[in-house]
Amino acid sequence: MAAEHAAAVHDPNIGCTGLDHRKMGMWAFLGSECMFFGSLIGTYLAYKGKSINGPGPHEILNIPLTSVSAFVLLMSSLLMVLALAAVQRNDMKWGKIWLFMTAVLGAGFVGFQIYEFTHFVHSGLTLQTNLFGSTFFVLTGFHGAHVTGGVIWLLAMWVLAVRGKLGPQDSLKVEICGLYWHFVDIVWIVIFALIYLIP
Amino acid sequence: MATHAAYMAGTKMSAGSVIWSWITTVDHKRIGLLYGASAFFFFLVGGIEALIMRLQLAQPDNTLVSAQRFNELFTMHGTTMVFLAIMPMSAAFFNYLIPLMIGARDVAFPRLNALSYWVFFSGALLLHLSFVAGTVPDGGWFGYANLTSNQFSPTHSIDFWMLGLQVLGISSLMAGFNFIVTIINMRAPGMTLMRMPLFVWMSFVVQFLVVLAFPAITVALILLMFDRFFGTLFYAPAAGADPLLWQHLFWIFGHPEVYILILPAMGIVSEVLPTFSRKPLFGAPVVIYSGIMIGFLGFGVWSHHMFSVGMGPVADAAFSISTMLIAVPTGVKILNWIGTLWGGRIRFSTALYFSLGFIAMFTLGGLSGVMHASPPVDLQQTDSYFIVAHFHYVLFGGSIFGLFSGVYYWWPKMFGRLLDERLGMVHFWLMMIGFNVTFFPMHFLGLIGMPRRIYTYAPDLGWNFWNLVATIGAFVIVLSFLAFIWNVIKTTRSGARAPADPWDGRTLEWTIPSPPPVYNFAVEPTVHDRDDFWIQKYGDGHGTPPRKPVPPAHVDPASIHMPPPSYWPILLAAAFFVTASGALVSIYQVILGGFLTLYCMIRFMLEYHHQTDVGPAAGGHH
Amino acid sequence: MRKSLLARIPTALLLLAATLLLSSCGWSLWDSPMTTVRPKSGFGRMTNEIFLLISWWTLGIGLAVEAVLLWVCFRYREKPGRPIPKQVHGHTALEVSWTIAFAVILLIFAIPTIPVIFKTQEAPAATALRVDVGGRQWWWEFKYPDFKVVTANELHIPAGQMVAFSLHAPDVIHSFWMPQLGGKRDVVPGRVNRIVLEPDGPGEYPGQCAEYCGVSHANMRFRVVVHTKADFEKWVADQQKPPVQPTDPLAQKGQELFAQSACVGCHTIAGVSGGVLGPNLTHFASRKTMGANLMANTPANVAKWIENPGHMKPGVLMPDLGMRGEQTTALAAYLLSLK
Repeated sequence: MAAEHAAAVHDPNIGCTGLDHRKMGMWAFLGSECMFFGSLIGTYLAYKGKSINGPGPHEILNIPLTSVSAFVLLMSSLLMVLALAAVQRNDMKWGKIWLFMTAVLGAGFVGFQIYEFTHFVHSGLTLQTNLFGSTFFVLTGFHGAHVTGGVIWLLAMWVLAVRGKLGPQDSLKVEICGLYWHFVDIVWIVIFALIYLIP
Repeated sequence: MATHAAYMAGTKMSAGSVIWSWITTVDHKRIGLLYGASAFFFFLVGGIEALIMRLQLAQPDNTLVSAQRFNELFTMHGTTMVFLAIMPMSAAFFNYLIPLMIGARDVAFPRLNALSYWVFFSGALLLHLSFVAGTVPDGGWFGYANLTSNQFSPTHSIDFWMLGLQVLGISSLMAGFNFIVTIINMRAPGMTLMRMPLFVWMSFVVQFLVVLAFPAITVALILLMFDRFFGTLFYAPAAGADPLLWQHLFWIFGHPEVYILILPAMGIVSEVLPTFSRKPLFGAPVVIYSGIMIGFLGFGVWSHHMFSVGMGPVADAAFSISTMLIAVPTGVKILNWIGTLWGGRIRFSTALYFSLGFIAMFTLGGLSGVMHASPPVDLQQTDSYFIVAHFHYVLFGGSIFGLFSGVYYWWPKMFGRLLDERLGMVHFWLMMIGFNVTFFPMHFLGLIGMPRRIYTYAPDLGWNFWNLVATIGAFVIVLSFLAFIWNVIKTTRSGARAPADPWDGRTLEWTIPSPPPVYNFAVEPTVHDRDDFWIQKYGDGHGTPPRKPVPPAHVDPASIHMPPPSYWPILLAAAFFVTASGALVSIYQVILGGFLTLYCMIRFMLEYHHQTDVGPAAGGHH
Repeated sequence: MRKSLLARIPTALLLLAATLLLSSCGWSLWDSPMTTVRPKSGFGRMTNEIFLLISWWTLGIGLAVEAVLLWVCFRYREKPGRPIPKQVHGHTALEVSWTIAFAVILLIFAIPTIPVIFKTQEAPAATALRVDVGGRQWWWEFKYPDFKVVTANELHIPAGQMVAFSLHAPDVIHSFWMPQLGGKRDVVPGRVNRIVLEPDGPGEYPGQCAEYCGVSHANMRFRVVVHTKADFEKWVADQQKPPVQPTDPLAQKGQELFAQSACVGCHTIAGVSGGVLGPNLTHFASRKTMGANLMANTPANVAKWIENPGHMKPGVLMPDLGMRGEQTTALAAYLLSLK
């Protein structure tokens, strides 16, 4: 108790559970995000197979290509872990490299998505074509927007690090970004399985 | 902050610096007052909307307002009362009281807290700009698809509603994260979860409901927005879509929402009754557990709003059973409250009267709710005035009465003055009578077949008399409000000063001055029990003697670091408003707003990142 | 002084409550045309029985709880000189008991409820009369597929036979409600809902849409006429006949006008026009009301409607075709000759 209070007295961000407020806040946010993506995924599943015209998923989805982009996103999570570890041990050279690379891989994933979306539009699947078009683009689009937000966050941290304004004392902020990043990755695994893998 | 210190010391500040101090405040108490004032204002707006409807319905075949105008009125009345009156009034209490009751100096994220308020403000503004634009929302507060599609609602009316609700939802979500962290992580030493006051517990459950339920309506509204702006097919039956998707998503939000509306009032009542009975809440752990159960079960009953849509007997039966199940934890609380009064020494203050009124009215509303839980019965009652009666009993007789109980109870703490008890009694009795005269007859009207949401009715259906009675009751409610407003005006100038503990209370907020200093507690309290303050005064009757009050430590206020004010919350909210309203104007405004929002977000985050704690509570400026 | 005035208020309130409650015992209230508590079909009776069961229990519980509340407030009110009361924290046995009691009472409601849910949603027998109900902004179409009869806004059904309603909505969600005959069922675009019921005996009842469906939702009403079997067969036969040829010169002029105007784009009069956007008018004059049970089917009302439909029914989809004076009188005469 006393040690926690000592910590609390010194760091206003550590609360009576010994946890940082901001980390807890991120977890609360991720809880709501579960319901957010859950509702979007539920909508996709409710309308699966109900389109009255094509093209349908089996005609247009490119599973091999999307598997590569899924792998890219997964790898970015690994790099995020490495970034956090580097910042924590005050190895800011590698901290900057891994933060930047995570952002690059994330941007790469978004790039794949943009390619996929434009390809679909040229193949005759738009938001307005059928229920598959509406649900697919909205679900994966919002996920992509979340990834984009994460990329901006990562780049912002990278810029701060480059300017010497991010160090081991900020490792919690990197950790929190990591929590968000891993969550977005996990959501993709679920979406990928439901849209691309399950017939 | 010099301005805040000046305000607290009563020295004169220029009007400009007063306004600036309120705009940039991050003090949870002030934010609470901002929410409270806004909520009261919108309660009056929603009330006027109701009065016009009641005047129209006082007679059959009436032509006071057109059909279109009436449909706008019931849409705005519902939306306003739910999102702009009851929720922010509850937020006012969360903001003001939660830190005080758990022995903290502020919430976990003070600037996020201010941001929540200003985003709420901009959402309310966006919704009401529809009046200026002449396209007032007219799809009902529940906006069922596919009436809300472009085909059947071609004007911007639904867009204002949709965007306004999205903005308000963001505000509530941010506040939800803030209070979850605050309650879990900022309790004073010794305050275990089970020692938290009941108001904090009920508010805690509410924050989880907010955080988990609002995303469902966010998605429902996103799908609607995409249908209306981008031509998607989510609610387009012609493309094979099911309009019931909206109903499911809306009610997955909507049912937890009604618990969001009632639990804070239940929390307030659970504080007021023990104080004025001079006994602890009877079965406090059970009341806490039933609150938690309601939170869980509340996510499993949503389709009881859809018994007439044709989900099939299995779904109907399942939701009927889950709805009856949730009646158990809701109902037993009433007995716990009565058990608190039993054997007590009851002092009849206005605050207590409103809590008693809550119990009496919520009981009736809850019982009519049990009737709706049976689908065969509900097939006659749903979409009739019987339902209107039910939810007004629980939301007005319940939530509003409970919130007024809180107003009279905590007013002295917030403003340092007592409200006049005589005028309070006039307010209470007029409201009690007016409320019942307005809404009890609606049970009859529903049972004799009057549907909801109709702007007029034929004269030969037997509905004339009770409609007239209900309208008369509505004006009695108006009188009760005038009594309250007069009470506030009168006591602001010349009310009796309130001591720290005017009611002989039981919880931590009564241990500090009225109104509290900006830093709340000079010394962080240590808590040994639930109702720790009472036990400190009187002992617990089981062997623990009263504790001698610790003489207030001499603490230099200058040494207490409070978060400095900030203008980024209001700027970020304004940028967000530009983005959201841009959807009604042009894509360029949306893009501009988007960049502004991003910019403000980054500056908001960086302000924290670069911040060194700036000086004393009584001094420094950022 | 203050005490006695304020002390009178609780009494006044109790009197008011008693008045409100007792007034509900007035017989005429419950016999209103749209009443839900005087069921006239088996379906209505099944659900009304559960309603009464729950009502009596909840009335009793409500009175008991309010009485206890009032008594507790009186008995334990503060009196000078009383010590601080015993700080009772709870009573586990009591709390468990009343929780169980609540659950048992709810079981009493659930037990009859579940079977009735299933019974009232059973598939109709093959001998049931089929009626296709189309709910549209803001009128009702009734089709009898077995008899090839199409009509609007006035539903005719026989007593003593199961009627299976199939509910369709071409536009938005509506709700089909005949309160005296039973509960409502929503009419949802993209799906076909069903109500099955057997009316007891002959009678006439109003019905109304019960799901907000746009600006004239309040005006989307209808009439139900329950006939004896013989009378129903006669009604069907009359509806199946081709439309009466007008003999009155004014009505003949009206027929000419109808056939030449845009009316034919929306309305069907068998042998004359085939529009399906608006109500079928073949036997328009056989209906007692018009505009979806909005007003009596009189020459003056028909003429007013044709001249300015939006005035009688805000937002109505029927346009003002610019007909005036003698034109509308002729049209009204024609339409009211279509028995």
